[in-house]
Amino acid sequence: MTVSIVVVSHSEKIADGAVELAAQMAPDVKIIPAGGTDDGRIGTSLEKVLAALERGSEQGSGDGAVADGTVVITDLGSAVMTAESALEFLEDPAGVLLADAPLVEGLVAAAVAAQGGADVQAVRKAAEAAGRIVQQAEPASSGEEELEPVTSAPPDCTGDFELVNQAGMHARPAAKVAGGLASLDAEVTINGVDGASMTGLMTLGAGKGAVLHVEAWGADAERAVEYVGGLVEAGFGEP
Amino acid sequence: MVLDANWAVKWLTLCAQAMAEHRVELIELDRAIGDSDHGENMDRGFQAVLVKLGESTPETPGAALKMTAMTLMSKVGGAAGPLYGTAFLRAATALGDSAEIDPAAWAGALEAARDGIVARGKAESGDKTMVDAWTPAVDAARAAADGGSTDVLSVLVAAAEAAEAGAVATDPMVARKGRASYLGERSAGHRDPGAVSSALILRAAVGAAA
Repeated sequence: MTVSIVVVSHSEKIADGAVELAAQMAPDVKIIPAGGTDDGRIGTSLEKVLAALERGSEQGSGDGAVADGTVVITDLGSAVMTAESALEFLEDPAGVLLADAPLVEGLVAAAVAAQGGADVQAVRKAAEAAGRIVQQAEPASSGEEELEPVTSAPPDCTGDFELVNQAGMHARPAAKVAGGLASLDAEVTINGVDGASMTGLMTLGAGKGAVLHVEAWGADAERAVEYVGGLVEAGFGEP
Repeated sequence: MVLDANWAVKWLTLCAQAMAEHRVELIELDRAIGDSDHGENMDRGFQAVLVKLGESTPETPGAALKMTAMTLMSKVGGAAGPLYGTAFLRAATALGDSAEIDPAAWAGALEAARDGIVARGKAESGDKTMVDAWTPAVDAARAAADGGSTDVLSVLVAAAEAAEAGAVATDPMVARKGRASYLGERSAGHRDPGAVSSALILRAAVGAAA
């Protein structure tokens, strides 16, 4: 059972399109759009959001597993308010987390993390890490501070791996790396960016022959470095 | 005068009437500093409340307000939906299952509503939002209730008049929240549409009791 994701947008088309995009990289994750009003106008609807949350919390295919929570990703301000209102209406809002993340980047990062088996906190974290990359890309932003190393302590484990696949670190490899790391109990940086952030990894622009320097802190530090190394050396399963 | 479920139904009916009557005015106010949908959205939301009231009769004021909250959040579409929805929901929670509202309970319900709007919208007094109508209304209702007024109509009137004055007071303010904040200094000189619709709602509460 994985974490499900609900997308709240003012536009039905945006919600549906974003879900379609994310589903390409996370085919096993339940991603539910809640866009537009009940009658198809621009706006948000509590009923639509509540219905989506209901679907998100439904059990899987009879395997008895308990739903591992839902992450909600929104677009503009009043979508945030509608999502918050929905939480106020839920009888049991535990396990439903709102992510403060840009809709498309955050959704894709969250979906990938969920596909990799991350728990609900880690899925939200992956979405919000995507947001920090977007902020950093804006010149006047002070978002860089948030990207400072998580700790000044030396890493518990490091590794250097040369990319061998033709296409290098493009979207699907970045999704695999970020998704796997998000589910581990480790803080990981790869060439200085958050390893659990798919968009962060893509901004590295690392092509074939580039070396990824992996630093990891935490209980799963060694596993994290081995995970990245294994993927890179296998060329992410690509030529 | 007793504020019971009948009063609440009449209040909501008068709210719907007020939104229909002032629809164009609210659209014009919102056109100046927002996205000109406030009148349209409020009218649609309260027309949906009227439909719900036609389907079933609430047994307590709290039940009427809770139904209104759910309806506004689902039908309004814009920011006013979750803001007013939260206001009505918190007021309903404050009133509980009481069959009648006394002056202190009305002041308490308004305060809970205002606190809900503040929590949801993250706006403060002076941001040129509906909070600038609600906070004076809460203060006036509280002062009237604490002053020992047993006449609930006078408490309703005090709240409505303070909300109306609060709405007028948004004229010179520079918006710091919502779509209007994108205009910066240019938002000054226009009345906040949310503060105006808030005053209309509180004035309707007087009309229902008169």
